[in-house]
Amino acid sequence: MHVVSSLTTTTPLAGLLILVASWFLIGALGLIQPNRIGWVARTLFPLGALVALGIAGVGAMSLVPGFTAQSSVLALGLPNMPFHVRLDTLSGFFLVLLGSAGAGISIFAAGYFRQGEGTAPGLLCLQYHVFLASMALVVLADDAYLFMVAWETMALSSYFLVVTQHRIPEIRRAGFLYLLMAHVGALGILLSFGVLQGGSWQMTFDAMRAAHLTPAWASAAFVLALFGFGAKAGLVPLHVWLPEAHPAAPSPVSAMMSGLMLKVGVYGLLRVSLDLLHVGPWWWGLLTLGLGLGTALYGAIFAAVQTDMKRLLAYSSIENIGLIFAGIGLALLCRSFDMRLLAALALAAALIHAFNHAFFKSLLFLVTGSVMHATGERSLGKLGGLIRYMPWVAALALIGSLAIAGLPPLNGFVSEWLLLQAFLQTPRIPHAFLNMIVPLGAALVALTVALAGYVMVKFYGVIFLGQPREQGLENAHDASWLERVGLSWLALGCVLIGVFPQVALDVVSRITRQLVGTSVQRGPSPWWMTPITSSQTSYSGLWLWVGLLLVIGVTFVLVRRIYHGRVRRTPPWDCGYPWQTPRMQDSSEGFGQPIRHLFGPVFRMQRELPHPSDPKPTYRVQVQEHFWHQLYLPLGRLVQRTAERVTILQGGRLSTYLLYSFMTLILLLVWVL
Amino acid sequence: MPHVNFAAQVVQMLAGALLLISFAMLAERRSRRLLILLVWQGVVLVTSTVLVAASAHLTHLYYSAALTLLLKVCVLPLILFRLMRKLGIERDNEPLVNVPTLMLVGLCLVIFAFGLAQPVSALATTVLRKTLGIAIAVILLSFLMILARRKAFTQVIGFLSLENGLFFAATTTTYGMPMVVELGMALDLLVAVFIFGIFFFHIREQFDSLDLDQLESLKED
Amino acid sequence: MSAIAYVWQVGECLLAIALAPLFTGWVGQCRAWLQNRSAPPLWQPYRLLRKLFHKDAALATDASWLFRLAPYVVFSTMVVAAAIIPSVTTDLPLARVADAIALVGVFATGRVFISLAAMDIGAGFGSMGARREMMIGFLAEPALLMVLFSAFMTHGSTALPEMVEGLLSQPHIVLHPSLFFAGVAFVMVLLAENARLPVDNPSTHLELTMIHEAMILEYSARHLALLEWASWLKLFNYACIGFALFMPWGIALHGAGAGRLALAIAALLGKLVVAGAALALFETLSAKLRLFRAPEFLTMAFLFAVLGLLVYLLLGA
Repeated sequence: MHVVSSLTTTTPLAGLLILVASWFLIGALGLIQPNRIGWVARTLFPLGALVALGIAGVGAMSLVPGFTAQSSVLALGLPNMPFHVRLDTLSGFFLVLLGSAGAGISIFAAGYFRQGEGTAPGLLCLQYHVFLASMALVVLADDAYLFMVAWETMALSSYFLVVTQHRIPEIRRAGFLYLLMAHVGALGILLSFGVLQGGSWQMTFDAMRAAHLTPAWASAAFVLALFGFGAKAGLVPLHVWLPEAHPAAPSPVSAMMSGLMLKVGVYGLLRVSLDLLHVGPWWWGLLTLGLGLGTALYGAIFAAVQTDMKRLLAYSSIENIGLIFAGIGLALLCRSFDMRLLAALALAAALIHAFNHAFFKSLLFLVTGSVMHATGERSLGKLGGLIRYMPWVAALALIGSLAIAGLPPLNGFVSEWLLLQAFLQTPRIPHAFLNMIVPLGAALVALTVALAGYVMVKFYGVIFLGQPREQGLENAHDASWLERVGLSWLALGCVLIGVFPQVALDVVSRITRQLVGTSVQRGPSPWWMTPITSSQTSYSGLWLWVGLLLVIGVTFVLVRRIYHGRVRRTPPWDCGYPWQTPRMQDSSEGFGQPIRHLFGPVFRMQRELPHPSDPKPTYRVQVQEHFWHQLYLPLGRLVQRTAERVTILQGGRLSTYLLYSFMTLILLLVWVL
Repeated sequence: MPHVNFAAQVVQMLAGALLLISFAMLAERRSRRLLILLVWQGVVLVTSTVLVAASAHLTHLYYSAALTLLLKVCVLPLILFRLMRKLGIERDNEPLVNVPTLMLVGLCLVIFAFGLAQPVSALATTVLRKTLGIAIAVILLSFLMILARRKAFTQVIGFLSLENGLFFAATTTTYGMPMVVELGMALDLLVAVFIFGIFFFHIREQFDSLDLDQLESLKED
Repeated sequence: MSAIAYVWQVGECLLAIALAPLFTGWVGQCRAWLQNRSAPPLWQPYRLLRKLFHKDAALATDASWLFRLAPYVVFSTMVVAAAIIPSVTTDLPLARVADAIALVGVFATGRVFISLAAMDIGAGFGSMGARREMMIGFLAEPALLMVLFSAFMTHGSTALPEMVEGLLSQPHIVLHPSLFFAGVAFVMVLLAENARLPVDNPSTHLELTMIHEAMILEYSARHLALLEWASWLKLFNYACIGFALFMPWGIALHGAGAGRLALAIAALLGKLVVAGAALALFETLSAKLRLFRAPEFLTMAFLFAVLGLLVYLLLGA
């Protein structure tokens, strides 16, 4: 490959570039026979998954001890502005995330995409792999130029993927909103890089690291970056595109956007705030922490009242991004007080949570895809009882749901535990008010995670448990074997990190050492996680598994021994009510009712209650966001009005336009004079 | 001196109890129970004052403790109980909107008070200087309680609880105020309650209710 | 870690499993006395278990594997929790597996499983119970966490055995106002989490008011026995957490002999007797709250726990 001219081909960086290029190639190959599903889905997508595994493997090489960052200049780009790439532990970690979760999604996608759904499969394959490759390039970029090019490629390719079914007007609207927010965010990032170069006009990250910014400019760069990357990651109030775009996209694409692309936003913020910028004032951390916690709670509350399963997951993504940002905020806060160990702990929690989220959220989005293919239904109110017809999907979805609910001994709990441990140390912050306010964040984290449990009981219970709410659900079929492999891969990830959290912590420690200068304690063995000191706290996923399984096993055997084993199958009792129909179960609206009641003012609710004498009573509730009506619509109207003012210039007469050009020319000449 | 230490610990516990009572008052809906809580607050105050007096060997604090006992635990509650019976509001139930929010606002006030007290208490020299934050919190919470109420009667209780907080602040930071000041304040308080009592009757005569929302109708349009 | 420690570990676990029904029986007996009813015998829960283990199971036609698995998982989480909580001795090899925060997580796992199982049959009451249980759960969890924070600040560790040893190794009694607040909050959380009055009535069978009972409505025989046992164990576990955090006196420290352990068991029994009577008294004195007053109750709990933390920071100890 001539692209990597200045590299010997044996280094990990070169390998990565080749693999990224092969993603582009695979995408292009899709155009050969764009409508043959056997070629595109059954051949190219598995190949893409292999490449993803390769990227994860090579990326992992940067996380072994003794690795030093590698960088290189590519023979691509503008004449005086070549592309710079660099592989360090942070980008390596995100490549592992991208590759390992991406492999599962690609395998699933191989079984998922079929003929006749909007865009031709071959084109979809191109967009899909360009999307993957551009994400990898964002992570590898070492100058603002390549970063922005890859970033925009990522935004555009994902936009095309979102509007796969472009014949439906709502999907076009969702796509437009997504594109708009992506570009508003990109503007923030671009401006942030503009500030970061600090007058040197060098766009490489090295120059930015070396630049000396005044505190005010540094803060400006930070806030702009927070805005830009926050818009991509879904930070409230910049999250509005998420619940629109995720349901619109095909499920593997939703999984990629939620599981992977949001993490690229997280990566960007980490790169700017912890690597490019120097240690800042404490309010950076407090701002990020506050926004993160607010986002987390907001997402969890809204997820609990959704009736569309993909929207529910989208809000749940917002919640998880909030938790990740809270971890980053805490790390920034502690770094500004030079509490290194605590910063390392919080950062480790954020990174592991990002990794976990990539796995369980992708898993659940893919599950919704399988459910939609099997039933054709997306609304929670029309599903139910699928555990009997789709046992594989149900079992794997259970793992994902338990993991996302932050329950031990799965992976979601690990990051939650680390985050709480970090909060536990915050009363030591040497600041009179912060030491009292910040610990309360832990309560918000606990509330959010417990709410996530509520959301997941709703999600799983309404889709898979109970009675089918509609006719015809009995004919639902289980996922195909390729889909099962993809789902199992992701579920396996959830379980493995839950069992060996210390391994994940060890890996992440290398990143914290690079970014905040220290790392959390190593445990005495890979089975134990003791981030601070072993007398203060410890957790062992493995032994918890062993304990739980052992007790289950022993109890099972003992009960078998004692019990005579007679079982009678009867209709359900339900306090003796004779008529039971599936419609008497909690609907998704019903299950969300306590949340609507408790957090009433947060929602913008429209309710239609039935009249007592209605012959056919109906109940309808619609929950919307205040942000939409009080921030975005007025903003939109403002833009519209400004635009109308500007149209006065557009008279339609050619001579007027020529006059504009003439005037501009004269003005410029005068200025030069 | 372990026994002084122990007394200080007990006073700290009592300070905690004061805070607890303040929050209980914030959330209490019944006027009668509110008054009982006020009496308890007085009892805790007296106990803590006696303990401080004993540990610091200050006779004048015993006097002020006795004064508090007489005034805040016996006389004022008695007057208020009688008022309550005469006004017939013993079983009054005050509608309180959104107690959880009120509690969380109270929590923010406590954080504010504690943060405020940290530099001040560093200047004081008494063993109990650290409890100043709690005293300030009690004062602020009483204020919040007055704000959140709409009945004149419960507002007076809030006012008295506010005064208790002030007294506690004085005891713990400077071992009480000079006797003259304390006597003057006690007298003021007594007079205030009498005047409040008279006002209650007037307000009720005018509006048939002690609900202060009614006062809004006095506004000229 | 000697072999004898593992023996104690298993022993403590079995002790919890054996004592839990007795504790519930004791609370029931006290309640009956206080309410002028003739009390059931102390071993009534054991009788119930025997009865349930000998009945024929009636399983709803549509019950899935999750429905049959859930009782085992719930029971198992409670047993593992009992193994972690230092109720008799702090010399527990397994106690390091999960600290106090992870313990909250283990309880949450049990709760989610029982809620999911309640939704499995698809009858109306089950999902209603699940929804309410999860609501109480997400309100109680922050409060419980803040209680643990206060305790952590005072003891300097989140591992329960370390907390106990820290408190017991102090030379003279120290009063902690922060623990006082945390204690109040903990009792409130205990009531809510264990479906006791005033949040839920353990003896109700009025369909519309029940929470815990609504969830286990479809269970019978061995499954019901396991679930009942698990809920008794949960109450027992919570009581033991309370003892460990707020009154650890009597718990045998690392490397104690057999005599000391016997004393510790006696102390545990004594504390259980007092705590059970207190619980019964409190339940008798309070009326059940309306469901949507429960958030108010739990906000109070949360508030007290946070006040404990703040007071600790203020007074500095």
